[in-house]
Amino acid sequence: MRRFVLIALPYLWLLCLFLIPFLIVLKISLSDTALARPPYMPQLDLAAGWEGVRAFFGDLDLENFWFLTTDDLYWKAYLSSLQIAALSTVLTLMVGYPMAYAMARAAPEWRPTLLMLVILPFWTSFLIRVYAWMGILSTEGLLNQLLLGLGVISTPLTILNTDTAVYIGIVYTYLPFMILPIYSALEKLDESLLEAAEDLGCSRAQAFWLVTIPLSKNGIIAGCFLVFIPALGEFVIPSLLGGSGTLMIGKVLWEEFFSNRDWPVASAVAIILLLILIIPIILFQRNEQKQREAEG
Amino acid sequence: MKRFSWFNATSLTLGFAFLYLPMIILVIYSFNASKLVTVWAGFSTRWYGELLHNEEFLDAAWVTIKVAVFSSTLATVLGTMAAYVLVRSGRFVGRTLFSGMIYAPLVMPEVITGLSLLLLFIGIGLDRGVFTIVLAHTTFAMCYVSVVVSSRLTSFDTSLEEAALDLGCSPFDAFRLVTLPIIAPAVVSGWLLAFTLSLDDLVIASFTTGPSATTLPIKIFSAVRLGVSPEINALSTIMIAIVTVGVITASLISKRASVAQQRDEQAAARTQ
Repeated sequence: MRRFVLIALPYLWLLCLFLIPFLIVLKISLSDTALARPPYMPQLDLAAGWEGVRAFFGDLDLENFWFLTTDDLYWKAYLSSLQIAALSTVLTLMVGYPMAYAMARAAPEWRPTLLMLVILPFWTSFLIRVYAWMGILSTEGLLNQLLLGLGVISTPLTILNTDTAVYIGIVYTYLPFMILPIYSALEKLDESLLEAAEDLGCSRAQAFWLVTIPLSKNGIIAGCFLVFIPALGEFVIPSLLGGSGTLMIGKVLWEEFFSNRDWPVASAVAIILLLILIIPIILFQRNEQKQREAEG
Repeated sequence: MKRFSWFNATSLTLGFAFLYLPMIILVIYSFNASKLVTVWAGFSTRWYGELLHNEEFLDAAWVTIKVAVFSSTLATVLGTMAAYVLVRSGRFVGRTLFSGMIYAPLVMPEVITGLSLLLLFIGIGLDRGVFTIVLAHTTFAMCYVSVVVSSRLTSFDTSLEEAALDLGCSPFDAFRLVTLPIIAPAVVSGWLLAFTLSLDDLVIASFTTGPSATTLPIKIFSAVRLGVSPEINALSTIMIAIVTVGVITASLISKRASVAQQRDEQAAARTQ
């Protein structure tokens, strides 16, 4: 009895507030826009009995999904989200790997402090960390003031409200997600393997490339997924740092819903985004499982 | 430390400068007397004073704290239950679905979670406000809590629980007297994580709130969209200060606890 309650409570909670809402999105994505409240058709009319149910399912169609393929905006937004997420993942890896490597090579008594310095920004508000860049990147901002002062440039650069600012924002906010898994992979690395490689005639660079990188592969993969997956649906960063030309699907969905009030299309956008995300998520889980099997 | 070269030192210095300079600049400019955020006009605490008299921000802060306390507490209870079920309960009908629902919200983009919950609340005719944000935050935060707690549950010895049961404890007492104290650090950090996630959330709160309840992130976001403002700098500085003090205190406490534990273990090893 107790066991039943213990299982049922969180189970029912998630069913009602995670699975069912998701099914509602799926249903609305197949509905038509209507000028009513709620603004979509058809409604399930249980009072009409079996006829009502049949009419309900008969009226669902893929029209919204066809609409998404006919309007350039949407597939361009998906493609550009994929591109921004992929490129910023690579950039985050390039910034994060050397840091994780240096942390793993630091004296053991220093490591907890360094680790805390990486985790601390994660606890600080995401919104504030994105906001911090607005003052730096704007035309009169500190970066331009600095570069003008140093004489590197003669006219201020436009960085805020461009894709470049979005890349900076993503690399900055997701950097801890990249560093932590790579650090934990590198920390376990057996130093004697590197010495063996060097004894056998590898140069340092070769030893790094042939030993260190392959042994930290799982950390790299985990870090890349942890950055790529949330970056793909990102809303805050493109809205604050990006410009009107920055197309990201999270922002499109938000605007479709709040500005255009087209709920069926917003739902269809959400469903496609999920379908795109399912592939990296499955790959990620496979990798995690493989890693666990290898360890255990 | 033969492998700690100048290259490592440089990448750490540059990396941490990148991580911290933007926030340090933000803090410095919150003490700027000028209304223009990018022009330094001398030290002043003017913006903090104005912030303290800004009713809208204070109201939003109060709503945010209420939501965070309720949802993180609820999420900790539900998340700990979910973790216990996943780690200890063996097979039951729909287990795969259950574990799927625990992990899926972690990777679900916030816009989708927000949209789906809003459509649910509208579908069942629930008035949106503090209550619906609490429901929404509890849902995604309980998944984080259960991941944190279940990693602790898997790593400790079930024989301790079995011993308690053999000695006549009811399952509930065994949980309360044996399991809970052992997993307490994970439960506490789960609560803290849930609390921070709730304080920080903009997207899901924007979807699930109504006109009656505005949280601080929603307020900040709408102010920030109009540009950088010194008041927001002051507010950010306060939030950064609270988090920094909190995290440092927590890490000092846990460090002291682990030192004490090591000392006890060494003492126990000597007496044997």
